[in-house]
Amino acid sequence: MAVALADHLGLSVAKVRVAFAVLAGLNGLGVLLYVVFWAVLPLSPEDGRRESRRDLAQLLPYLGIAVGVLLLERALRAPELLGGAGGWLVAIIAIGAAVIWHQSQPHRRWHWAATGVPWLGRWLEANPRTAFILRFVCGGLLVALGIVGVVAVYSPVQGLSFVVNGVLFALVGLAGVGLVAAPVLWRSITALRAEREARIREQERAELAAMVHDQVLHTLALIQRNAADSAMVQRLARGQERSLRNWLYKPTASANERLSAALEEAAAEIEDTFAITVETVVVGDQETDERVRALVAAAREALVNAARHAGVQTVSLYAEVEPEQISVFVRDRGAGFDLAGVEEHRHGVRGSIIGRMDRHGGRAEIRSAPGEGTEVRLTLPLARDNGNGNGEREQS
Amino acid sequence: MTGEQPATPERESTGQRRLRVFLVDDHAMFRAGVRAELGAHVEVVGEASTVAEAVTGIGTLRPDVVLLDVHMPDGGGRAVLEAIRKSHPQVLFLALSVSDAAEDVIGLIRAGARGYVTKTISAADLADAVRRVADGDAVFSPRLAGFVLDAFAARPHAPVSDPELDLLTNREREVLRLLARGYAYKEIARELFISVKTVETHVSNVLRKLQMSNRYELSRWAADRRLV
Repeated sequence: MAVALADHLGLSVAKVRVAFAVLAGLNGLGVLLYVVFWAVLPLSPEDGRRESRRDLAQLLPYLGIAVGVLLLERALRAPELLGGAGGWLVAIIAIGAAVIWHQSQPHRRWHWAATGVPWLGRWLEANPRTAFILRFVCGGLLVALGIVGVVAVYSPVQGLSFVVNGVLFALVGLAGVGLVAAPVLWRSITALRAEREARIREQERAELAAMVHDQVLHTLALIQRNAADSAMVQRLARGQERSLRNWLYKPTASANERLSAALEEAAAEIEDTFAITVETVVVGDQETDERVRALVAAAREALVNAARHAGVQTVSLYAEVEPEQISVFVRDRGAGFDLAGVEEHRHGVRGSIIGRMDRHGGRAEIRSAPGEGTEVRLTLPLARDNGNGNGEREQS
Repeated sequence: MTGEQPATPERESTGQRRLRVFLVDDHAMFRAGVRAELGAHVEVVGEASTVAEAVTGIGTLRPDVVLLDVHMPDGGGRAVLEAIRKSHPQVLFLALSVSDAAEDVIGLIRAGARGYVTKTISAADLADAVRRVADGDAVFSPRLAGFVLDAFAARPHAPVSDPELDLLTNREREVLRLLARGYAYKEIARELFISVKTVETHVSNVLRKLQMSNRYELSRWAADRRLV
């Protein structure tokens, strides 16, 4: 402990030890101070914080305080009471107080010394509120301690003052306990917080490691094993890419709750099943209900048709939530077909897309021609009072 | 880096000669792939894998178009963009990235890139995009179009300080929607009964608004992510 204090004050260790020993002789004050310093000062100061040179200028503010308190005591009391153990008590406690306050904001050390008026600088830039309050409380306790100590030692009168002394001694006890306990408490809270942060970091790291191991490495192994099957490789790579993207960029939204999440889930299923790429763009968002789910199901069916019949690697899926309606477009640049010719026996189009939209008050329109690709347009009018989430941007 | 051409021809002649393209990407494999794919369409005059290399290389070679990766050490594509745009404002940038995150897309555009495409783009489309950027037009991927629509969506309480910059015209909106739906410029022109040149003008105007607008959504969005 003496080492830390010595380093803190820029004095040699031996001197500090001698000072403690001497002070211990004065009503055991050295011991008390040692305990206080132990609680307050960091045991091992940061390396290279400053050169190990003597820095007596630092002590000036403390000495100033000490002298001030001494004079105060002298003014309050009769002159004959000055001197002796009581005065030293006050002075030493004042020094302790100064050291503690000083320590509570070590980075201000130079500023203090520079202003020459330690209080002013401190008052002017007491920006960290908690630190300020803490120091204020500490200061108050210490001042009380000093005054009470003087009163207790010198009060010659019995009676009322005796009672007062009792109360004051109780206060002294409290102040002492608070003084010793507060830094320790503070330290353990800090340690606890640091530990919690470390645990969270560790958890994140573990999660990342698990994700990489379970998904990425697994996928890479599968890709190596299926290197000959290009469709399979494509599917695996795309699926892995999607899950990594979700993990990196997106807050997890439930496909049961939001339109964008539901459409992305549908697109993901199609990508997995048919080994194609679905370029999904969703503008605005909307909570799902039965009708929105029907819209998603119809869009999914349109994607399935595109994947099955278009013969292309990429299908575009675009959805926009407007104040009065939701529009979904599924488009490919593939084979296309003659609408009049095939529509009759394609149940997928008739029942699952057009019929489904009709039943829910929406509309489905299909544009296609051989060689021209296909576009399925779905619109679903929104009820006026339906709180639409247009304000929340969900970029996919 | 291959710096055999010391002379930089005038920009006006880009239509006649092969475009000079510079690649910036920290993945050597990706650079090699793009070089091979683009080789038939443009002349790849140099490449760089770090911000510092890129700034020196672009300054010396003065390419027409720089293909710029978003995520690199030491500040990424933005650092390159900001350094070069001060000294060589005539060099055009096309951002090319695996990231679909909105902040990356818009960040690069607001820093001055003329377009944004994802790395999954086909070689032919990429060559097309490079040519378009070299001609002074903008290149929007479907996702970028989607984001712009979202950011400029008509909201009842959004304050509009400069209608010229803060609002999209109906036509611009239509063009963006079609872009987001996967339409090529030619297809958009046919769909809207306008010329391809007009489509390009609309997209360039949207790009300008995106770069210049102080629209609340954009500023808030940018501030949230500590961009411009």
